[in-house]
Amino acid sequence: MLRYSLKRLLGAVPTLLILMTLAFFMMRAAPGGPFDTEKTLPPEIQANLDKKYHLDESLVQQYGRYLWDLAHGDFGPSFQYKDYSVNELIATGFPVSLRLGLSAIAIALIIGVGLGTLAALRQNSATDYSVMTLAMTGISIPNFVLAPILILVFAVYLGWLPAGGWNGGAFKNTILPIIGLALPQIAYISRLMRGSMIEVLRSNPIRTARAKGLPERVVILRHALKPALLPVVSFLGPATAAVITGSVVIEQIFGIPGLGRYFVQGALNRDYTLVMGVVVFYGALIILFNFIVDLVYALLDPKVRYG
Amino acid sequence: MPLLEVNNLRTVFHTNDGEVYAVNDLSFSLEKGETLGVVGESGSGKSQLVLSIINLLASNGRTEGSIRFQGQELVGMKPKEINRIRGDRIGMIFQDPMTCLNPYLTVERQMTEVLMLHQGLDRSTARQRSIEMLDAVHIPDAANRLKRYPHEFSGGMRQRVMIAMALLCQPDLLIADEPTTALDVTVQAQIIHLMNELQQEFGMSIIMITHDLGVIAGISDNVMVMYGGRICEYAPVFELFQNPRHPYTAGLLKSVPRLDLAGSTQLHSIPGNPPNLLHLPVGCAFADRCEKRMDICTREQPPLQEVSPDHFNACHLESKNV
Amino acid sequence: MNNALANNTEIKGRSLWQDAWARLLRNKAALTAMVLLLIISVLVIAAPWLSPFEFDAIDWELISTPPSLENGHIFGTDSVGRDLFVRTLYGGRMSLMVGIIATLVSLLIGITWGATAGYVGGRVDGLMMRIVDILYAMPFMFFVILLMVFFGRNIYLIFIAIGAINWLDMARIVRGQTLTLKGKEYVEAAMACGVSTPRIILRHIVPNLLGIVVVYVTLTIPQVILVESFLSFLGLGVQEPATSWGALVNEGAQDMESAPWALLFPAGFLATTLFCFNFIGDGLRDALDPKDR
Repeated sequence: MLRYSLKRLLGAVPTLLILMTLAFFMMRAAPGGPFDTEKTLPPEIQANLDKKYHLDESLVQQYGRYLWDLAHGDFGPSFQYKDYSVNELIATGFPVSLRLGLSAIAIALIIGVGLGTLAALRQNSATDYSVMTLAMTGISIPNFVLAPILILVFAVYLGWLPAGGWNGGAFKNTILPIIGLALPQIAYISRLMRGSMIEVLRSNPIRTARAKGLPERVVILRHALKPALLPVVSFLGPATAAVITGSVVIEQIFGIPGLGRYFVQGALNRDYTLVMGVVVFYGALIILFNFIVDLVYALLDPKVRYG
Repeated sequence: MPLLEVNNLRTVFHTNDGEVYAVNDLSFSLEKGETLGVVGESGSGKSQLVLSIINLLASNGRTEGSIRFQGQELVGMKPKEINRIRGDRIGMIFQDPMTCLNPYLTVERQMTEVLMLHQGLDRSTARQRSIEMLDAVHIPDAANRLKRYPHEFSGGMRQRVMIAMALLCQPDLLIADEPTTALDVTVQAQIIHLMNELQQEFGMSIIMITHDLGVIAGISDNVMVMYGGRICEYAPVFELFQNPRHPYTAGLLKSVPRLDLAGSTQLHSIPGNPPNLLHLPVGCAFADRCEKRMDICTREQPPLQEVSPDHFNACHLESKNV
Repeated sequence: MNNALANNTEIKGRSLWQDAWARLLRNKAALTAMVLLLIISVLVIAAPWLSPFEFDAIDWELISTPPSLENGHIFGTDSVGRDLFVRTLYGGRMSLMVGIIATLVSLLIGITWGATAGYVGGRVDGLMMRIVDILYAMPFMFFVILLMVFFGRNIYLIFIAIGAINWLDMARIVRGQTLTLKGKEYVEAAMACGVSTPRIILRHIVPNLLGIVVVYVTLTIPQVILVESFLSFLGLGVQEPATSWGALVNEGAQDMESAPWALLFPAGFLATTLFCFNFIGDGLRDALDPKDR
């Protein structure tokens, strides 16, 4: 198990390195270079940048310095917000995004697994068809379409919930954004869960369990749930990436001061350092999460655990 | 009263292409302590027959007719009641030991759950009994092996675990669906030997399904030969081997390699393919492939008749001889 | 007897594709989706002839008017008085075009990569798949955004960027299939006859991958449309006056309280199209691989 974890962790290193390198050279390859923009930068930022990026040095030296700073968790100053470093922006925005994202994943997991299992147990029944129709809807309606519609219905017409804003993280303000983030994932997870549960229920070990006279409840909870969950666990990696991506639009639509919103503002204002910092930060986060998912998978599957 | 009595059993699968008749109008009975061998090619309905008995058909299958086990009717029995019989009074071993154990649970969990469910034992007693049972199927170092996962066992060992698991509650009937097919020849022999030994010890009845006549010879009291979902011949094992009356049985016996005959004898094979269960012919299902086909064979179903004491045959040749 | 035999061969002669097609036509959801998608495609292609208005013609007299038959703006107008019907259809042109072109790009890369890795095998396979694994763990949407930020918002860049990131799944699927096919007798026979590697890949492997590729294409197009809409929604994709469904949804969401039609029409078209592709893809998968029923 330890060896497996180490191997996986080492496997993540090149990914991270490639991510940083790609980001760095993409920025350098940008036409005109990021530092000679048409607009003149405020002198303090220009000074900060010159100091930070050692623009007089060679590209290789700069690249080394960049990696070195990243290794220390230093993302540099922001182009746009002159009093802030990218680190500070991440520190203020990320907790907000994290709360939304984790809530969305947790909800998607619970509801998705529940609905998928239900549909699998009642295959080809009305329940099955409604769950699958719901899932197809969730997959086909993008969250940037869903979110405005949610606002229109629950905030504008019904007036039950606020249309946007963070309000210091009040529960009421988080409901619609979390639904907007979770719904597509619920859809994917329930489809995945239904498919894998149907397959597992037809498998030989389940036939053996039934032949032993175990009640259906035990057959499902003890024998079928674990193998059926494995594809869902694998999917959590891509799901996190999707939720992080989704948070970018959701925060924009609901006007939530999360990292995703800073990112979009940065992208629209061509705040190179901020955009790059966020990409590397989120990239590292996704890689870390994939690693955790691998470990969870190994814990569930004895063949990997002891293999 | 026989242990198991099957009457006019019919197993039908509903598919997109129509109804598939896997078992057709089949009747037989099994006495206490008896071993019945069921032989046939794949698609002859032999597996579906036993899956019907313990009600484990795929969801699109259904059973008609009557299956009485210890006087209780199994057809149409509620899941709750059949669960009390499965694993307790009837044990089942499947064909592929590599995939039939649950890879995510330890062998201990998979064994103890049976005892805890059916006999209400606590965990430590159940563990003790499981160890004893693993000893009985000759798994060395059982106490340690119990804590392992199935993938840490070899194929033959896994089949032993399956057998031990099926026998935990000392069932009255053990159903074995091709238990040796997936194993090496030497391991096959060991498993058959083990099953014989365990039958002596526990005295259960066995239904042994196989397409391997060698296995049948080694373990059965009576043999049932199936073709197209029907019985074509049924006889005590020596009688069947010495005096096969159905052309299909004769063909099967001729297709077994014999070591005791001179090397020059040609191995026989039955030409053609097993019948399509979607469109079973009106007459005898074997007629297309039969060397002794007569006109009546394609028109009429031959009845199963007793041709000598305890020897039944379903072939129009019998009527002609009479 | 002869007759029966002839019948029998005829049944067997029915190709996999005819069989799949018949099954697909029996699937009502997929059939409805195909008809709907056909209607949307025709509308989108015929857009310039369907409406008297230009897609970028501004009418300051009619700003944010609701749908009306009288003034001819059947979907209403947007906040600068442009006709929403024609804009929705032009947006559809852009979305569908991006969807199809980017999918083709990803298809080309994915099949070449996957078939080569699977066919050549060994160390090359290991290396190629390792690259796929690494790329798989990248936050792609962010990279595309990064590209847009650094290199300006350019429609061709969108095609390439989206196409270039979407090929990973295809490469994996194709590799797996190729490995299976490689073991098949006819491929081994071709190898034994000394047929050259690229020729075997082209002649024997690629045609047999067709089924899975068709399913993949129908499921990738909606994904790509989604990515493009996402970028356009954020204002990082298609630029004014050109438009796409994502950009229209974005504009519509700005003042949805006063003019909900500007949101609902393009959103409806976008969602319906995605629905159709997903249903057809699902239907095709079931039709080509019927074991799941």
